[in-house]
Amino acid sequence: MTAALAAEGLGKRYGRRWALSDCTLEVPPGRVVGLVGPNGAGKTTLLHLAVGLLRPTAGSIEVLGRPPGDNAGQIGRVGFVAQQTPVYSRLSVADHLRLGGWLNPQWDAEAARRRISQLGLDPDQRAGRLSGGERAQLALTLAVAKRPELLVLDEPVASLDPLARREFLQLLMSTVVEHEVSIVLSSHLVADLERVCDYLVVLASSRVQVAGDVDDLLAAHRRLTGPRRDPAALPADYEVIEESHTNVQSSFIVRYGGPVYDPAWTVEELSLEDVVLAYMSRARSGAGVARRGLSVLR
Amino acid sequence: MIALTWRQFRTQAALAFGLLAAIAVALAVTGPALVHLYDTSVLPCQAQGDCSLVTSAFAGRDHLLQDLGTVLVVVPGLIGLFWGAPLAARELETGTYQLAWTQGVTRKRWLAVKLGLVGLASMAVAGLLSLMVTWWSSPLDRVNTDLFAQFGQRGIVPLGYAAFAFALGVCAGLVLHRTVPAMAVTVAVFVGVRLAVTYWVRPYLFAPLHLIAGLRAPNGNGTGGGGLTPSRPGDWVLSDQVVNAAGRVIGQDGAINLGPGRLGFAFGPAGDGRVALQGVGTCPNRFPALFGAGGGQGPTPAFVRATQECVTRLGLKEVLTYQPTYRYWPLQWYETGIFAGLALILAGFCFWWLRRRYA
Repeated sequence: MTAALAAEGLGKRYGRRWALSDCTLEVPPGRVVGLVGPNGAGKTTLLHLAVGLLRPTAGSIEVLGRPPGDNAGQIGRVGFVAQQTPVYSRLSVADHLRLGGWLNPQWDAEAARRRISQLGLDPDQRAGRLSGGERAQLALTLAVAKRPELLVLDEPVASLDPLARREFLQLLMSTVVEHEVSIVLSSHLVADLERVCDYLVVLASSRVQVAGDVDDLLAAHRRLTGPRRDPAALPADYEVIEESHTNVQSSFIVRYGGPVYDPAWTVEELSLEDVVLAYMSRARSGAGVARRGLSVLR
Repeated sequence: MIALTWRQFRTQAALAFGLLAAIAVALAVTGPALVHLYDTSVLPCQAQGDCSLVTSAFAGRDHLLQDLGTVLVVVPGLIGLFWGAPLAARELETGTYQLAWTQGVTRKRWLAVKLGLVGLASMAVAGLLSLMVTWWSSPLDRVNTDLFAQFGQRGIVPLGYAAFAFALGVCAGLVLHRTVPAMAVTVAVFVGVRLAVTYWVRPYLFAPLHLIAGLRAPNGNGTGGGGLTPSRPGDWVLSDQVVNAAGRVIGQDGAINLGPGRLGFAFGPAGDGRVALQGVGTCPNRFPALFGAGGGQGPTPAFVRATQECVTRLGLKEVLTYQPTYRYWPLQWYETGIFAGLALILAGFCFWWLRRRYA
């Protein structure tokens, strides 16, 4: 099967700043992929590259086996809900559904109408008067009704309150079940993604830090706690993601290849959030150095 | 895409064409009266001879509606400002481009339909308004000798201006991403280009014609000389220069430049009993006394004859540079073509920019 999203050495530069660099990634189809990273990590850039709103500076990207170009066929296969879910504030909800019908050859008008009435949205309401949650639901309805093979959502729940957040994600999951669509959604909060995603990509400091199946990620990472020790003393196939030391104790978050036999270590399983945070903080300490170098240049 | 463009544009279109309809009614009501007045007052008097009083009274009619011509000058700028600049800028500013460009329509088509539809509406508004104004003021224009003064408010050039202003606004919006700066740039560039074309391009689109004659002597004080007028009253005079025998320009409007700090008489004593024409040279001929025996009120006829002889022998000429009236319509087409061409270039730039900047 072709990958939902495949990037090879992908990079995007704005002026002298690389918003995304050296991104190599292959996301299998039929999954709900979470793209997580701190603000400014390059999530939006990556997603805009995927839906063809941006053109790469370096490398290549393929979506559903084809470059995300500016041709009607390819645009029709990918649904997109942009950050802050922009809608035309002066057009009504019904206008937006009509708009979808005008622009998309495979538009499912019936499903869109049904969904709007299920949501309890007034079709005559101007989109500018909708609450953030309602606007997000409208944007999702538009993206789903065009019957895409891949649905890309950029921080769809960031501006929603917890209740609206839950409703939105429920709607999203029912979409997956109904239409067998691959989904890529981004967030800066792991908690948002944990419940819905089965594949995770951690993006920080413009680079992909780790990517993989959620279960595999959980299985591959452990926290080791024991007497103070140098990281070099750990077995060679252990990759240290994060370390912290006190006078007598060392604690490591590691990616490991096999079980731990050394009885000196206490081995703990990690939550997804722990894993993600470990990668993010590793990226930040690296980025901190880079940023200092940049300020000297200026 | 056409349906969406129409949905987004219909309120503004309704407003513009509503205003246009109101203006049409006002002009349709007053226009026939104006024609009638022309037929009953100006025509009979022209058959009899001098009628400057009648024509000036006629030309002063309906000032309020005559100001529509001025409105017509502003309309293309307004189109660029309110239809052109926000067209792409608002979508980029509010982020809705992310919605529009990820539906099943390519950006190229999105831009083509928007440019085409709203651009055509822009040209229609300017064209219709110009048509109405040109029709309504045709009796007034017949008594108006300065035909070229209203060049930008009549005929087909407003169409070209509107197309250009609109395309300019779209480009500015696409490049700047913000509505208000795009509006400011649109107005500044549009006004700049319009003025530049009016003063530096339009007079020279066709090589101007010249009318050359020996200079009529100035009345002693350097003014009141000249006297060349174009062959037809509507001709557009670009310059009226005085040149010396060597061909150097020494004055404007049929008068000799006396130079800074030299006021008063153009003719003055040269010292050895001869007379000098200031700024030109010493007169080759002898002059009689300025005043007659009785100390009369003005120069004697013999003195005036002498000044004319001096000017003629010095070889001074008056050169009138002008565009004749029969070039009015060719100039209209030419200038419309220039602005339409600029609009097409800008539209091409929009497509190029969209491709280059956004995938």
